[in-house]
Amino acid sequence: MHKAPSRSLFRPKNGVDQSVLQEHKALVDDINRRKILRGAVSLGALTMLTGCDVTRSDAVQSVLKRVSQFNDRVQAALFRPDHLAPTFSEAEVVKPPRFNAYYDIEDIVPIDVAKWKLELAGKIENKKSWTAQEIYALPEQEWIIRHVCVEGWDYIGQWSGVNFRLFLERIGADLTAKYVSFKCADDYYGSIDMATALHPQTILATKYAREPITDPFGFPLRLRTATKLGFKNPKWITAIEVTNEYRGGYWEDRGFNWFAGI
Amino acid sequence: MHWVNALAMILMILSGWAIYNDSVIFGWLHIPHWITIGAGPEGALQWHYFAMWILMINGLCYLVYGFATGRFRRKLLPIYPRDVIATVRDAMRFRLGHDDITHYNAVQKLLYVGVIAVIIVQVISGFAVWKPVQLSELAVLFGSFQGARLVHFIGMALIVGFLVVHVMLAVTVPKTIGAMLTGGPVVDDDSNDKH
Repeated sequence: MHKAPSRSLFRPKNGVDQSVLQEHKALVDDINRRKILRGAVSLGALTMLTGCDVTRSDAVQSVLKRVSQFNDRVQAALFRPDHLAPTFSEAEVVKPPRFNAYYDIEDIVPIDVAKWKLELAGKIENKKSWTAQEIYALPEQEWIIRHVCVEGWDYIGQWSGVNFRLFLERIGADLTAKYVSFKCADDYYGSIDMATALHPQTILATKYAREPITDPFGFPLRLRTATKLGFKNPKWITAIEVTNEYRGGYWEDRGFNWFAGI
Repeated sequence: MHWVNALAMILMILSGWAIYNDSVIFGWLHIPHWITIGAGPEGALQWHYFAMWILMINGLCYLVYGFATGRFRRKLLPIYPRDVIATVRDAMRFRLGHDDITHYNAVQKLLYVGVIAVIIVQVISGFAVWKPVQLSELAVLFGSFQGARLVHFIGMALIVGFLVVHVMLAVTVPKTIGAMLTGGPVVDDDSNDKH
C-alpha cells in the first residue's frame, strides 16, 4: 500500500527541480533501456547457469505469493454458493477411500473416542464442547462426491454426517465472519472461507459408505466439502474456530494456494 | 505478442511438467526434475497459476487483434488441401521458397491455425482441471476429471511437438529469426491482398 506523502515542514513545497531530468530525458531513457536489456540477458544467463535457482529469489517468491493471493480473490468471486458439485451412484464409490496426509498411513495415531471432544472457539454463542455421542445424535446427510487431490488423483467417496451450516447455526456461530478454522489431533491445521463452510455439500463427516469413518480417514470427525481440494478437508478435528483472522493452514503456509477451490 | 506468448508458454510447460510428476498419468513417464520450474509441486503450481494470466491475457489480445485487423484472414486463410500437398511435395524436393517470408506457405498456415486451436482447447481443458465443480458444465465435456487431465496433457504434448518443429525450421531459415525478433519487414497491405 502506497500512501500519499504527508505534509511536512521538511519537505520542500515545490518538490525537487525536475528541469535537469527533462533536459537529459533521452539519455535517461537510453540508460534505462540498456539496463532492461542487460537485465534480461543476465536473467537468461543466470537461468542457464543455475538451473531453477533464479525462481527461488525472494523477489520472485514475493510476486508469486501475491499472485496466489490474487487468485484466492478470483476463486472467491468464481464461487457459486448454490451450485452443487456433481454427485455419483453408490456403485462408483471407492472402498476404502484413498489415504492422504502429510505422513504415511503406518504413522496414524488412532483417537480414543472416549477421551475425544470437539472444542469451539471464536465468534460462537454457545462454546460448549461436544462429545462424539452428541455429534452422532445430530441429523445426518449423505453426499457421494468426487475427492480431488492437489497432486492430480481423484476418487468417488460416500460421506455422511451433519451439514456444516446446520451445525454452525446450532452453535450460534457468526455466519458473517470471514473464516472457519480447524485444529486437528495430528497437529494439522487449516481454514476455509465462510461461503464454502455454508455450501450445501459441506459436512462434518462421521461415516464413510454408511460405516463409521476408520482411523486413517479421520475418525471420529472430519470435514468433507465438495468444492475444495482434498487438503482443505481436515481430519481428526479437535477444535473449530469462527474468526475474521486469517489462520492459513499446514500446506498453505508451505506455499500451496489457500482458497484451493475446485 | 509472440515473445510474451513464448515466455508464458514455456513457463506453463515447465511448471506443468513438475505438477504432472506429482501424480503421473503414465507410469513410464516422469519428467526429469532439473528441466522443470518451481521448488516442489507448491512452487510449480504458483508458477502455473501466475503464467496462466499472462498466457490468457496476451492470447486474448492476440485473437482480438488478429480478427479485428483481418490479419488472420489475410495471412492464415484460406488453406486448401492441394496447396498443402504441393508444399509438402516442394519441401521433399528441397524446392521450398523462402524469398518472401511475409507470406506463409500452406503447411505453415495449417500448423499456425492448428497450434492456435490447440492452445485454445488447452485453456479450456485447463479450466476443467482447475474448476471441475464451479465449471462443472464445462468439465462434463471431458467425461471425467482424469479425462480433462488427459486432454490437458495431450494438448501440452502437441504444443511441445509444434515448438520443436517450429524452432528447428526457424533455425534452418535464419532470416526468419531476425524477422521474429524485429517484427519483420513492413508488409504492403495492397500487394498482400492480391494473393
